[in-house]
Amino acid sequence: MVNIHKGFDGKQVLKGFTLTIPDGETVSIIGGSGSGKSVALKHIVGLLRPDEGDVWIDGENVSRLDRESIFQLRRNIGYVFQFAALFDSMTIASNVGMGLRRVPGMTSDAIAARVEECLHLVDLEGYGERKPSELSGGQRKRVGLARAIATKPKYLLYDEPTTGLDPVTSAVIDALMVRMGDELGATGVVVTHDMKSAFRISDRIAMLYDGRIRFVGTPAEVRETEDPLVKGFIEGRPDLMESAR
Amino acid sequence: MMTVIVRSVQAVGSGAMRAVVSVGRSGYLAVDAARALRRIHFWGPHLLPQMARVGVESVPIALFIASFTGIVLALQASYTFTGAMPLYFVGTLVGKTMVLELGPVLTGLALSGRVGANIAAELGTMRVTEQIDALETLAYDPVAYLVVPRVVAGAIMFPVVVMLANAIGIVAGWATALALLDMSSQEFQKGLQIFFRPWDVQFSMIKAVTFGVTVTAVGCSFGYHCRGGAEGVGRATTNTVVVATMILLALDAFWAAVLL
Repeated sequence: MVNIHKGFDGKQVLKGFTLTIPDGETVSIIGGSGSGKSVALKHIVGLLRPDEGDVWIDGENVSRLDRESIFQLRRNIGYVFQFAALFDSMTIASNVGMGLRRVPGMTSDAIAARVEECLHLVDLEGYGERKPSELSGGQRKRVGLARAIATKPKYLLYDEPTTGLDPVTSAVIDALMVRMGDELGATGVVVTHDMKSAFRISDRIAMLYDGRIRFVGTPAEVRETEDPLVKGFIEGRPDLMESAR
Repeated sequence: MMTVIVRSVQAVGSGAMRAVVSVGRSGYLAVDAARALRRIHFWGPHLLPQMARVGVESVPIALFIASFTGIVLALQASYTFTGAMPLYFVGTLVGKTMVLELGPVLTGLALSGRVGANIAAELGTMRVTEQIDALETLAYDPVAYLVVPRVVAGAIMFPVVVMLANAIGIVAGWATALALLDMSSQEFQKGLQIFFRPWDVQFSMIKAVTFGVTVTAVGCSFGYHCRGGAEGVGRATTNTVVVATMILLALDAFWAAVLL
């Protein structure tokens, strides 16, 4: 992502956001609520187009692709939404199988088998015929994860995957994310302000502040940084952040 | 005093801007929907269920309204004509009014509440809960998947519902004439046939198709562009009914001026 600028209703959210994510790595983007983390993530999958700047994936500029090419690109991307965004009129199995129905050559038997496999991976086997409204928040997030990995994407994007979950369920989701990354060899981008989660799952952590990336480093580097903004954020010390502004 | 004037002008200006933006968005959506028509593999499988929801499930309310309208038309015609015109004109008035005006318009207005508001609430909820974004990330064209089958279903099913409403309205008027107005069946039929033109039915169907497209397209547009959680969904639903009603009545006058 190169020099992304994006504003809504006159308010500038991203002001020159630049971040490179190497293949196979999991990068967490941290930052305060409303700092534009989710906005940055939506640019990667083409849900938002930048006012200025470019998003490059596999040599293609996402922000300039036509609709058909974006559909092609999205077949390689799995997206886990903050509140799962499950289709509430469908069963869990239909939700997980949605992306598979867009894969050329997939028979209904093959789709059903892959759906079962994905539900097994997220420890929800036997839940296929239930509706999303019958599941807890953590289970819904796991279904969202199953739906995202069903097509075995090269890239996995997670929007606040552990927000609103209890610590135990968060740890389960984190373990699943690491497992999915390992099994699929996928490149991951995680938007979160859950620092425990970020340290557990990330190869690198990038902090977004004032519309730009303020700091990028490994979890160890983040822990050791003396940047008062980053330190203040990870330690939950507003006084430290205030002094750096 | 100046502040009040300035604020009023600002309010009118921002309202006008919102209206222009809304029209622009709807225009883009209409173009996208027209392009998405060729993606029949997206919307084709959803057409029948939508036809059932838009059409079949609307039949009871449409027939309820039409039957009472037919009864009232017959009684009011009798009240107006008695002593001035032959009573068989009751059949003429019931038939003409149902087919040319009240069948399509009352059905359209009722369905703008039932169908349009339902579509706006459904798509609006999908928008604010990111289900439409989820469709996009799964490589589905949300316009082809959500908008096109609803609008096509409206275009197909509104004429069917209006046709049934016209028929039931006339039958109700007929039954009222027999039961309460001391008219014979032959008299009512004579009145019904005397000024009947097949074009009247075509006119009714043309109106019904445009009303069907209007109600479903307005619902889709407000729902698809909904923002702001539950409050936004509520606003989208209300706006759908208001705007669809206004367009429907304007279209009604337009077709009367152009085609009659």
